[in-house]
Amino acid sequence: MRNTAMNMVHKLAARDERVLYIGSDPGAGTLRAMSKEFPKRHLIEGISEAHIIGMSAGLAMEGFVPYVNTIATFLTRRCYEQVAVDLCLHNLPVRLIANGGGLVYAPLGPTHQAIEDIAIMRALPNMTVVCPCDADEAARLMDKTLDWTGPIYIRLGKGGDAIVSKAEHGFEIGKAILMRPPGDVLMVTTGIMLQRAIAAADLLAAQGIRAGILHMHTVKPFDTEALLQAVRGVKLVATLEEHVPSGGLGSAVAEALIDKLGSSLPAMLRLSLPDRFMHNYGSQDSLLKKHGLSAAAIATSIERAHAASHTPSPQLHST
Amino acid sequence: MLDERSLYLRRLVLGSVRSAGRGHVGPALSLIEMVRVLYDDVLRIDPNNPRDPDRDRAILSKGHGCLALYALLADRGFFPLSELDGFCGPDSILGGHPEYGMVPGVEASTGALGHGLSIGVGLALAARMRERSYRTFVLLGDGEINEGSVWEAAMGAAKHGLDNLVAMVDYNKLQSYGPTDYVLPLEPLADKWRSFGFAVQELNGHDVGALRTVLKQVPAVPGKPTAIICHTVKGKGLPAAESNADWHHKNKLTDSELDAIRVAVGDF
Repeated sequence: MRNTAMNMVHKLAARDERVLYIGSDPGAGTLRAMSKEFPKRHLIEGISEAHIIGMSAGLAMEGFVPYVNTIATFLTRRCYEQVAVDLCLHNLPVRLIANGGGLVYAPLGPTHQAIEDIAIMRALPNMTVVCPCDADEAARLMDKTLDWTGPIYIRLGKGGDAIVSKAEHGFEIGKAILMRPPGDVLMVTTGIMLQRAIAAADLLAAQGIRAGILHMHTVKPFDTEALLQAVRGVKLVATLEEHVPSGGLGSAVAEALIDKLGSSLPAMLRLSLPDRFMHNYGSQDSLLKKHGLSAAAIATSIERAHAASHTPSPQLHST
Repeated sequence: MLDERSLYLRRLVLGSVRSAGRGHVGPALSLIEMVRVLYDDVLRIDPNNPRDPDRDRAILSKGHGCLALYALLADRGFFPLSELDGFCGPDSILGGHPEYGMVPGVEASTGALGHGLSIGVGLALAARMRERSYRTFVLLGDGEINEGSVWEAAMGAAKHGLDNLVAMVDYNKLQSYGPTDYVLPLEPLADKWRSFGFAVQELNGHDVGALRTVLKQVPAVPGKPTAIICHTVKGKGLPAAESNADWHHKNKLTDSELDAIRVAVGDF
């Protein structure tokens, strides 16, 4: 996914002279071909994220479209004020390409694990937040970034994630994709949780539970309309995210449902990472499994919640 | 000794403070001559065409000094002088920190410190890449350069050899809490900028003639960004406020303070 997104920057640069790549101190050889073809538009500016965001704002004010790239935690935590003030307040078309969203850098520990990035980016007015699920979708997304108004946070996965997105679904920023029609259950996913949702849906189908999947690649602006359409007749909405429980996809779904459906809400199950830093290493897969986000664990959680949603709720009686 | 124009600009600033019942007084008064010379004598700008692509860019990175900037922009015709009376009012375009898109002539929203020089590097680099001749001036506070991001930006400016970029430091030696030497010593300040790759000039930031001479000779060294360290007095022109941290921000001016202002700068 990462290589695809990077190569797309090169392709976009070939198409449009406004496009710049700005890296802090990326891996050796990052976008080498672009650096040869467009040396003036391939900028490596040092481990100075606060400065890089401000500089990108200045370049965007003059009509450039900078694609700023570093590790997700450094692109969000380190320079949050610059992102808020220089990019969002001025509503400038700077693209933040965040390597290693979620637990991709599991072995490197909590300084490198972007577990609250969706929440803090989503909280900012004018920010767009997109989490593609695989390399093909990343390419379709990048294609749409050129003329999008305002800043975009792009949360990239590890790379090598199974390709599950489909060309026929197309891609529009802010438009969710219904991957499977809902039954009793609707799973809402973002990023690489889609692959797990598909596997979980198959497991649930074997148990006789029909579970649909709405892939919310764009968490902001949130596609409320697609969600409302998909939850019609659904008894249980399950959100899946590689993120802390606060402020991410689950929160966005809950907010939309409460705002639009008021009291007639479906049951909801928010599956996420816990509200704590990870002190285990291993791999993205092993950490997701540890926190109940393997396909099997997701299916089990949904099966239980589905059964509970069929049990009549206890009634309050006046004495 | 301040001349009549410097006194007039102070009357505009203090009139805004009186109208709003608040404002950063000291940080604006130390800055007035720097802004005055920029807008009167140096910047290639047209108030009737504030978005002219070839205009020089100026960013007030120490956004809390905005009263000085507003006075100059109004006086130069970017917006009516009457706007100054609305400072910080509910429907005013003039807030306690300047906002891009709200105030004609303001190039960037500032107020959070340590942002302006990086934005300026971006503007200056864009000029280079687009082969445009405009120059970028960034006004920094001395307290502001406590921020590490300023020094990241300085390294970036030097890396790119941005001789179309000028950083001006309002070195009044007094930040919000007290003396810069106490809060976080900056010395040797000129050497710092020099070692970060800037051509450095030092002058009295209230000396209009010296400011004109130096600002008209930028870049000081071809191939290098310029830093101009302007030695100033916080609250300059108002004896009670000079070098007095209590005048960093004022919420209310008393009758006796208003009288003292009239004595210092004339009726306003």
